[in-house]
Amino acid sequence: MTEKVKIQEAFQYGRYTRRKYLILLAGIAIALTVFFVDLFFSIPYIQPSVLINAFLHPESKDVMHTILWDLQMPTVCAGILCGASFGFAGAIMQTLLNNPLASPYTLGISAGAGFGASLTMVVGLGGLTLLGTYMVPAGAFLFAMLATGGIFMIAKAKGFSADIMVLAGIGLVFLFQALQSMMQYLASPDALSGIVFWTFGSLNGVEWMEVGIILVLFLAAFILIYRKCWALTAMRLGDRRAEALGINTQRMRKWMFVLIALLTSTCVAFVGCIGFIGIVGPHVARMILGEDQRYLIPMSCVCGAIILETADILCGTITSGMEYPIGIFTSIVGVPFFFYLLMKKKSVKS
Amino acid sequence: MIVNVEGLSFGYGSIKILDSLGFTARPGEVTTIIGANGAGKTTLLKCIADLSKHEGKVTFDGREVPKEELFTFMSYMEQNTDLDIDLNVFEIVLLGKIQSLGFYVSEEDMEEVYEVLKLMNITEFASRKIGELSGGQRQLVFIAQALVKNPSVIILDEPTSALDLYHQFNLVEFMSRITKERKCTTIMTLHHLDVACKYSDNMVIVHDHGIYAEGPPSKVFTTKMLEDVYRVRSNIVTDENGDMHLIVLGPIND
Repeated sequence: MTEKVKIQEAFQYGRYTRRKYLILLAGIAIALTVFFVDLFFSIPYIQPSVLINAFLHPESKDVMHTILWDLQMPTVCAGILCGASFGFAGAIMQTLLNNPLASPYTLGISAGAGFGASLTMVVGLGGLTLLGTYMVPAGAFLFAMLATGGIFMIAKAKGFSADIMVLAGIGLVFLFQALQSMMQYLASPDALSGIVFWTFGSLNGVEWMEVGIILVLFLAAFILIYRKCWALTAMRLGDRRAEALGINTQRMRKWMFVLIALLTSTCVAFVGCIGFIGIVGPHVARMILGEDQRYLIPMSCVCGAIILETADILCGTITSGMEYPIGIFTSIVGVPFFFYLLMKKKSVKS
Repeated sequence: MIVNVEGLSFGYGSIKILDSLGFTARPGEVTTIIGANGAGKTTLLKCIADLSKHEGKVTFDGREVPKEELFTFMSYMEQNTDLDIDLNVFEIVLLGKIQSLGFYVSEEDMEEVYEVLKLMNITEFASRKIGELSGGQRQLVFIAQALVKNPSVIILDEPTSALDLYHQFNLVEFMSRITKERKCTTIMTLHHLDVACKYSDNMVIVHDHGIYAEGPPSKVFTTKMLEDVYRVRSNIVTDENGDMHLIVLGPIND
């Protein structure tokens, strides 16, 4: 037996990567299954067969067509896209900042959006006749981008150091949470109920235009960032080692952070503060497929989409006729599974 | 590739670490940087690799090279090898070829990784996670990463710091052989002076913010140097092969 054959028998990289592709494909298949289950089975009082019929005959213009294509389909698509976006954003931020707790939620972007939305509701802009529908997302987006700008300016002054960005984010979380508490204190009972429901997050009421905006941003961010998957893998070795491999870590951190912030601000503006997915989606993906970002990034999107979609199914079906806020269920669905994976993971250092 | 360092200075604010020092490292030669703790050996390597902002010139075959181009022909291995992430040894070594990797890893890239793993005698680690290895084993993996792209310039910061005696000699002998076979320029910092003496073609002694002496060990490795730089009394014995061995008698107390 030659030395080369001996080595390749000991470890076949080709076979190892093919296995990862298969797991990723299985993940995509599960996400598609959950998508169709959510589409057909999560509306109480309507038989799934009726909805399936409306799906198979899109040319008919009856009421079921309207329910499926104009109400249910955008909601379910938004669930898949927002889940994928939060998972994607979390994976990239954890890699860029080399911090397992980094996510749009822990970096203040969601907190900024929450305050922006609360502010518009408290001052009554959400109730305006013509522009009211758009004022809450616009306020959320504006303050999410302000939070991003704040982190960006502080990070720029400190050479885009990962530690500084994380600390600046944590500072902003506290600041915006305090401001949001102030808004809740000042809010009328109606506005307060709106704020509470918005901060839990909801996919209901999302329209095709919003789905289209999220889709375009997600695809743009994904394509631009995924091209750098090797460089991102190298960044997991730490800044110094990545730089010694020829990676400009500061430049990567700068433009990727802006893209990710733009994507998550948009998602949060449309569906509210849905936490947890940005942290746990990438961790679940990492436990399944490892740190190679060629697989980790798409798998984080898949995990995020599955968690959000499953939570959406539970929201509508757990109690007949009652819709729970989705942000509660993302944690209820995800945490037990996350704990299971944590317990199953082999400990390297005992 | 000839690496020429000229007038290189580095400091933290008003604290001077390196002050206008210079030396030359040539292809096919192992240049070792030695000096006491805190002399600035690691800083010097980082400046050569353009990983720290500095004053002065570092040229490669007479040309100052922009950072983006530098790592197409240079490999740098840092001193710290602590790492616990979910990548296996094969993947870590593969990252050494990052400048030329396509999305799909080609058969040629895989072959080159297999070759370097074999060369370093670490094939049995290929599928193991980097965090599962000992410090010494990790050091070998990062050296394999540095070698996999067949660089013209190799910079290693304390490559033997976590290795036992056998592996220290074995590794530096291996690096010396690779340097001569591939005609690359190897610059490394070492603490083990017997190893440095045996395998250095050129020795650069960093002391008091500058270069104390530069040249082959037979010229620069003296008891006087050991007194001035390391503050130890010593004897140097030369064996029948011409190799110099250090016997330390004790520290010089003020």
